[in-house]
Amino acid sequence: MSNDHVYLSLAEASSEGDAHWAFGTGFQDPLHGVDTAVPAGVDRAGLAAYCLALGDDALVLAQRLAQWCTHAPELEEEVALANIGLDLLGQARLLYSRAGQADGSGRTEDDFAYFRDAGDFRNVRLAELPNGDFAFSTARLLVLSAWRLALFQRLAGSADPVLAAVAGKGVKELAYHREYAARWTVRLGDGTEYSHGRMRRAVDEVWPYVEELFAPDEGGFGVDPVDVRGAVEETLAQVLTAATLATPAALPRGGADGGRRGAHTEHLGPLLAELQSVARAHPGAAW
Amino acid sequence: MVTTERSLSAAEVLPQPSPARARQIAAAVPDPELPMLTLADLGVLRGVEVDEDGVVTASLTPTYSGCPAMAEMRAEVAARLTRAGFREVRIRTVLDPPWTSDWITPRGRSALAEHGIAPPAAAPAQGPGPSPGPVPVELFPTRRAVRCPRCGSADTEETSRFAATACRALHRCRSCLEPFELFKEI
Repeated sequence: MSNDHVYLSLAEASSEGDAHWAFGTGFQDPLHGVDTAVPAGVDRAGLAAYCLALGDDALVLAQRLAQWCTHAPELEEEVALANIGLDLLGQARLLYSRAGQADGSGRTEDDFAYFRDAGDFRNVRLAELPNGDFAFSTARLLVLSAWRLALFQRLAGSADPVLAAVAGKGVKELAYHREYAARWTVRLGDGTEYSHGRMRRAVDEVWPYVEELFAPDEGGFGVDPVDVRGAVEETLAQVLTAATLATPAALPRGGADGGRRGAHTEHLGPLLAELQSVARAHPGAAW
Repeated sequence: MVTTERSLSAAEVLPQPSPARARQIAAAVPDPELPMLTLADLGVLRGVEVDEDGVVTASLTPTYSGCPAMAEMRAEVAARLTRAGFREVRIRTVLDPPWTSDWITPRGRSALAEHGIAPPAAAPAQGPGPSPGPVPVELFPTRRAVRCPRCGSADTEETSRFAATACRALHRCRSCLEPFELFKEI
């Protein structure tokens, strides 16, 4: 079928018509390869790599957020973190589908999520670090949602209409994520002496990984992350000030762009092993 | 079995593939998670077209990127149109413009309130653009004029921005003390 808008075919209903939505969804119909979908002048490989990196950030963080289920301080927080993870998972699916279209390989979301090893993932390392305590997870979510929101606001004007649509949609969701994390940062940072200390340690642990968010995009496809730095730093400073916390002067840990080159911490492997185990045990399965 | 003197022609058995009929059928599909709303009430159904060959194309816009109900919505729209005699049905997902709670119809808002879910107020103006605006950093939940759908009191408070589905938030009425849900503004 031909679509009058290129991004319409991105999330085309499965030709099988089944209500699948987990592994084996048939989300992308290979017949709709959409070669014409990438506008002339857009570097296809660069677009694919860029979508893959943003998709990996979302998938890996979604997995970490899901791990809070049955462990969060209150039921409401568990529901909130799972909801945020679900939003990110939805963004990852769209970005993976776009990556498979742009690079011409026809790979699906499942190929990207379940059949790549840690060295092939391009997420920032901050997303893959273990959850730590609630304060650490809060500080990580604050940084990543503030950054991703600033990035998506700019990508909504992207030369690629699919990426622009995915980003435009994600902006509304990320605004909620950032607000959630900001509120908890203030509540803990400006709380008791004890909660302040825990939140301060969390921020200290997160900050060495912030620099990686602003690593230059080698493909030069998307928004230059350096342009985003000012907006993100302003946002984070505003929240930390309200939380009576100082912005740490942290040196980047392990290089400034490790994750984007596939150099990850030792924590990504076990995360992926859990995420991918069912799909790899039963390749091609559908339900 | 009733025997007829002549076999019915296809035109007599199948309904005319009129756009109005296709639209009527698709619009009546209930939302899988909020069955008091139809897809038209929710503003998720963005269009139904029938081409010269009788092929129906229904366009849906997801409420949230990760909305797991999208697959069910697609399947149900396709199934109902197929059952109604439309031989070829296509569902396409429209991501742009993104869905907003402002698209919920007045009928949909009434139905939500009748079922104990406070309908959304106007969505915040936070369109895409490089100006993120101030970060809400209040320690306590924002007190907004959300009316309790049970007793009508405006003395309510938010207990969580996130609830059983991505599109709802948890609130509590301070007058009748009952918890209730708010359809989130996005």
